[in-house]
Parts: sequence; structure tokens; C-alpha cells
Amino acid sequence: MPKIIINGKEIEFEKGMTVLQACELADVEIPRFCYHEKLSIAGNCRMCLVEMERSPKPIASCAMPAAEGMNIKTNTEFVKKARKGVMEFLLANHPLDCPVCDQGGECDLQDQSLFYGFDKSRFSENKRAVEDKYMGPLIKTQMTRCIHCTRCIRFAEEVAGVPEIGAIGRGENMQITTYLEQSMTSELSANVIDLCPVGALTSKPYAFEARPWELKKTESIDVMDAIGSNIRVDTYGWEVKRILPRLNNEINEEWISDKTRYACDGLLKQRLDVPYVKKNGKLEKSDWDEAVGIISQKIKSLSPSEIGGHVGDMASMETIYAFKILLEKIGSKNYDFREKKFYINPQDKVNYLFNSSINGIEESDLIILIGCNPRHEGTILNARIRKSFVKNKTKIYSIGNPGDLTYDYTLLGDDLNEIKNIFEDKSKITQEIKNSKKPIFIVGESALELKNGSYIFEEMKNYLIKNKFISEDWNALNVLIQNASTVGALDLGLYNIDKDNNFPFFDKLEKNHFKLLYLVGSDNLHIKKNNEFIIYQGSHGDKNAAIADVILPSAAYTEQDGLFTNIEGRVQECRKASYPPNEAKEDWQIFNLISKNLYNTNLFSDLHSIRNIIFKNIPNFSEIDHLPIKKIKNEIIKLNAIGDEKIAVKPIDYYFSNSIARASKTMSDCRNVLLDIKKNGTNN
Amino acid sequence: MSIKKIHDQQPETFEFSKENLDAAEIILKKYPRDRKKSAVMAFLYLAQRQNQNWIPLAAMKYIAKYLDMPYIKVYEVATFYTMYNLAPVGKYFVQVCTTTPCLIRGADKVVEICKKKISEEENTLSENKLCSWLEVECLGACVNAPMIQINDDYYEDLDEKSTSEIIDSLLQDKPLKPKSFRNRINTAPEKNKIETTTNKNA
Repeated sequence: MPKIIINGKEIEFEKGMTVLQACELADVEIPRFCYHEKLSIAGNCRMCLVEMERSPKPIASCAMPAAEGMNIKTNTEFVKKARKGVMEFLLANHPLDCPVCDQGGECDLQDQSLFYGFDKSRFSENKRAVEDKYMGPLIKTQMTRCIHCTRCIRFAEEVAGVPEIGAIGRGENMQITTYLEQSMTSELSANVIDLCPVGALTSKPYAFEARPWELKKTESIDVMDAIGSNIRVDTYGWEVKRILPRLNNEINEEWISDKTRYACDGLLKQRLDVPYVKKNGKLEKSDWDEAVGIISQKIKSLSPSEIGGHVGDMASMETIYAFKILLEKIGSKNYDFREKKFYINPQDKVNYLFNSSINGIEESDLIILIGCNPRHEGTILNARIRKSFVKNKTKIYSIGNPGDLTYDYTLLGDDLNEIKNIFEDKSKITQEIKNSKKPIFIVGESALELKNGSYIFEEMKNYLIKNKFISEDWNALNVLIQNASTVGALDLGLYNIDKDNNFPFFDKLEKNHFKLLYLVGSDNLHIKKNNEFIIYQGSHGDKNAAIADVILPSAAYTEQDGLFTNIEGRVQECRKASYPPNEAKEDWQIFNLISKNLYNTNLFSDLHSIRNIIFKNIPNFSEIDHLPIKKIKNEIIKLNAIGDEKIAVKPIDYYFSNSIARASKTMSDCRNVLLDIKKNGTNN
Repeated sequence: MSIKKIHDQQPETFEFSKENLDAAEIILKKYPRDRKKSAVMAFLYLAQRQNQNWIPLAAMKYIAKYLDMPYIKVYEVATFYTMYNLAPVGKYFVQVCTTTPCLIRGADKVVEICKKKISEEENTLSENKLCSWLEVECLGACVNAPMIQINDDYYEDLDEKSTSEIIDSLLQDKPLKPKSFRNRINTAPEKNKIETTTNKNA
């Protein structure tokens, strides 16, 4: 490996690194504004100047490729003077409004001016003032503060794939603006707030809410989709003030979706904080004793087969497991976690995972989407596909039309025959598939929901086995699951599947077979209420709480510890950042209460005892935060297609997909903007 | 600086004329097919020529579509370069050089006349909408200072009288021919013309 001398110390670096990256290897911190690891190099802020031997001028280390034998100095007077000069220019036009700026306390410019700033300004002219721009309901702009690092422009173009931000004018008159001052049409737009090194782009819903040092920071996991983005939850007392991304290169890199970031204000509204009981057709406030008493009486009066249970989209594995144990103790096996009737085959763990792994997307050379819209079903995953598309020019095909995915793909059609052709080696891309080394087949819930869902899945697996695409090195079989709780529920076996019937729970539900239905946060399950006694346990007064007979208030995902398995099968820990409001309890405690009332014993002594059993019950479990152990069984189930079907990608109401998002004002603002854009059109 | 403010009255649509379409196709051939957005500057210039010396937003959108590039990128280019006009400048666009050599030779008087005859402010159309003027940096004709550029042509060796005549002619839509107004040939000396061939030192 080539060597470089940094401050007299010799360091080995990888070919292709820049001087700045080499300096980081040597543990030398270089100040920077425009440089960002995940974006292209711009080299326009000049803050990263260092001294290079035999160069009369300081060099911009972020843009200079490191070369063998370079002698770099970063701690000389020369460097300090150069950086001070740069900083003076940056501050010449930067307003001194730190006391009222939301970036204060976490501002790169503020931090670096501590080391390189002058105590007073030599700039006696008037400061430049720039008009603020409208960038939608999430991003608050104060463009006078902008230092033109162009990070936001590069992010929009490279990562989000919506080139809608640009720098107009030049020199002192340069301004950052969006396309006709509209909000960005991206689900990743709010990441520019994190990228902005100054207070030019700040968070609109969080404006003037709190200072960073006042907040309690909890590292946690997102549950808005099944990707399991790593987040940091910032709380002030009970209130969740904001949610920020946490770096995890294996999952979300540095980005999170707007829903992950901004649905948190839904945690403050529409909350269930005391038990409710229906009396004379009206839900009335009650207490735990009464509510639990009514429930256990009802349970005792019914035969176990008439009792059904369902968990919703944001339930942790502890909740799922405790619920399963409770129902089994009662004697019922009528439980499910699916909100829609999509086909699953849980016999083998690879059958419901995203086996290629999110990192694997970047290695892949061919991506085939079958009935899924990754942009809405897994926004971060879509950003990875785009990254692969930009970096490796990966070919992408889709069967079923998902609409704009921020990258170019070839639509093969939306007919079942297109898939059949692939399986029978008659498709126009057959040769391409055979030639590819690491293909990725992504099948979405929309495809599995079809009558032919089982055929599509099983035949796809057979096809991949036949072509040796399922092995321990590379597994091309991927299912794009939409809900955070789904993989966990499958791992813990919260489903009821017969050999020839995938949906016994739904059959009973549709025939109104259940006399008692216990819903744990399941708001997206469509119920035609007849005579059922419905228990709703959840955090928000949403769709199904309205039809409930007893409501048990429980904690939201930021208010209780819990494990979540993401689409790759990675078990991650969501930590308690806040506490349940008022009389609400954590889910497992509620199950304990019911068990205590029914059988006079607790189900579990504490959360950790549940967790220990769960670890033993997860198939192929390796370690927390790690991918599961790879075991390939390759069972073959032969199925035939039934008739002809159109593969339609079911649209998701992206900003309203779960009960927290539906309670959030910010999400409803975003949704209104989106509906408005759809109505009036953006593309000329 | 030219007008960087977007004009408030924009035409709805814009399309290249037949001749410009042909010219555009010839320009496109200069660049590899996957780099065709390199032609954006030439295209903007064509659009400006076609649309009375200024570029409407519709033209930027049209060019963006033509070259398969994001609209904002075309907008960035158009706002960056000073010689693209984003608002009407009239049929005759007068650019007065006021850099040092011209200023020493009396460019300030030329500016005064422009103010009096065309409009009080820069970048403002004259009353009959035919003409506007603008102070610019050196146009590279210092030998013939002071000078003004009207559309593509240089009017050189001006004084108050000749400037007045020129501006009057513009406002009447009967422009004078571009030339040296002290009757010099190009940049040759006015008196004592020495043939370069006879100069021993040449």
C-alpha cells in the first residue's frame, strides 16, 4: 500500500483516497463544510486547506488525491492562517444570529469558528441579505445564513434522485433555490437538514422547540417500515422532540425517510391514556380493574376457538411473543399479523427475508422488481437501489408498474405471463439473467396478495434454485416486507396456516366467526364488525379503536423497550426513550394483568425474561444487530398458475400508512402538498 | 451585471424556429451522445437570439427537455452567465463599456447620454420599448475608447455628438452603421499612417 506522511507520521492508505481521508486515518481532524463522505466532492468551501511540501499554496485536502510520498502538514501556522482567512470570508456574509438560530449548539460553522474565527469582523460593508425560499412543510429556510457548500444540491441530485435544488446566480449573488420554489418531491428530503452545516436549512416542525443540549438522546430503531433504520430519539421530558438518523452503513447509511423523522409529532396527539369501556353504545373512561375484569369475564364465557387475536404493524417481538403465549394459554391459536391477505411460506426462514441484504444491493448486477414499489415500501432500500444504479449502472427491470422510482428502469409489463416467461426461460431478459452473477429478485406484498401469489413466490424460488442463485454466498430471493412487526411475527410463529389454506384467520374473520377479537395495535386490518366483542390495545385512537368495546392504552414504540427484526432478518433493539402517558402501560404488562386476573399468575416476571426466550425461539438467530445465520434448505414446492392476472402495484398512502403517522400534523401537511402537486402537476 | 431578475411577464411556450432547430442539430453533433447536455450554453444563446435578446423560462424548460437534463440545471447556467438576459432588453441592446481606458476617454459622458435619451435606470426599456442600456466591464476595444456595443456590433471612438446621433438613430429604429466615429480604419492611427510594411522594426 502507498504511504503518505502526515504531520511527520507515516501512514499507509488505500489507493484512490483523498488527502483528507488519509488524514482521518492518521486521526487528524480536518475542518470541512462542503465535503461529505456520502456525497460527491465539490471542493468549494476551502476550509480543509492543508500544507503540502513543495506546494507554494495550501491545498484543498478534500479534493486532492493522496499520492505516494506526499508530505502533509496540518498543524502549522501556515495552515492556521489559511483556514482563518477562509473562515473570515465565510463569516463576512454570515449573520450573527446564533442566539435565535436553531442550528445553535450543533452548528459546524459555530464549532469551527471557535478555532479559526476572528474575534471581530474587518468587514465594514453591509452584509448580504437573501430572500428565504419555500421548500415545503419540512424544511425551514434562512438563506442569509447559507455558506454555499452545495451539500443539499448534491444530496438531491445524487442520493434522493430528484434534481430540484440548484444554485442560481454567481459570486455574492449566488442563491440556493428549489425548482420554482416548490417542496422537494422526495421521501428523503429532510436529510438536507442534517447535511446543512449551518442554520440555512433547519427543521420546520422542530423550529424553536428545544436546544440540543437540553434533550435526552436515546439510540433506537425506526418502526415506520420494515427496513429498521437506526435512529436517535431526542426527548424533552415525556415529549419526543425530534428523531435523527444514526450512522449504520449496513442499513440506512446516514439517511432516514421523512416519515421516520417527522411522524414523531403523532406521538403527542390522539393518544389513548386511560382504559375505555363501552357502556350503552358509548366509549367511556374507565380504569384498569374494570376493563381487565370485563375482558376476563368475556374470555371465560367463550370457547377458546371463538377468540381471535391480531397484532399490528408496529408491535415489538416481546409484544408479539407475550401475546402469543397469552392466547395459547387461553387455548386459542387463531392469531395472525397480516393486514392483507398476502401469501407466506414460513417453513424456511429465507422465504420471508430480504436475503441479498441491503448492502448486497450495491454488489448486484441485475435487479428485478416484481409487484413492489420500493420507493414507498422501503424508502431507504430504494435509495440503495438508486446508489447501485448510479455507481454500477445496474440494470433494473420491473414487472408491475410502480411509477417514478427516482432511477431509470425497464418496465417489462404488468402481466402474469411476463413472470411465467422468465420462469420458462422464454423472456427477453432470460439471457441477461443467466449471464448475471449476482441478480436480485425483489417480490413485493402486492404480488403475494394476488390469487397467483403462491405461484409467483414458489415458482420464483424454484427458478432461482434451478439457476443456482440461492446459495450461501449469494441469495437472490428477496421479499420486500412492509411492516416492522412482520418478520418478527413470522420468526415467533404468530400465524395460523394450514397446508392448503394460507388464510384461515382471514376466513374466520370474514365469516364473523370470532366472538371476541383482541387487536394489538392493528389499525390497518379491515374489520366488518358484526357481533364481535373487540378489545383494542394500542397507543393511538385510530381506525380500529373506534369500533372497540374495550380499549387498553399501551405504549408507543418510543416508550417501551423492544426487539424488531428488519427485512434482512437483523434483530435490533428499540429502546425506551420516553414513558407511556398517564395510565398507559407497556404491552407485556397488560398481558400480565389479564393473565393475573384469569389464572392468578403472571405470564412473565420482567421484559428480559421474555427476551431470553425470544432469542432461543428465533430461527437461525446469530447475534443482535447481525444478519441471521445462512442456512439453505431448498425445498421445492411445485405450483401451477391459476388463470391470468394483472400485476398491479398497490399504491400506499405513504404519509398516512400507520396510526402514528395518521395522528401527525406534519405528515398530513406533507400529504396535502403531495396531493396538491399530483393535482396540478410538476413536470410541465 | 445583466438582468438576473426573472421577468414577471413570461410567454407561455417557446420552441426553436426551423433555422434554429437545424442549427441545434448541428451543435449537438459536436458532442458525444451521452454528453449532449454540453450543448446547453449554445442552445441558450440560440434561444436568446430568437427571442429578441432575452431568454424566457419557457425556453429553459424547452431546452431542458431537448437535452434531457433537469430544468434547474439549465436555470443555473442561465443565471450564472452575465451575457444571458432573462428579461426583455429591447430590439437594440446597448452595452456601454466603463472600464478604465474608456472611462478616461469619456465613457461617463456616454452613460449620461444613455440616461437622458434611453432611460434613467439601467436595464430599463426606453419609452418606445426599442432600446435599453447597461454599463459593462471591458469589451476589449480599449484602443478605440470610448465605445459601446449594440447587439453584436461595436461603435467605437465616440464623443458626445456621435453618441447622441447613434442613440437617436436607434430610437427611430434606423440604426447607423457600426464603425469608428473618428473615421479610423480598425485600430489604425488617425494621422501619420505608417504602413507596417515600411516600418523597419516591424
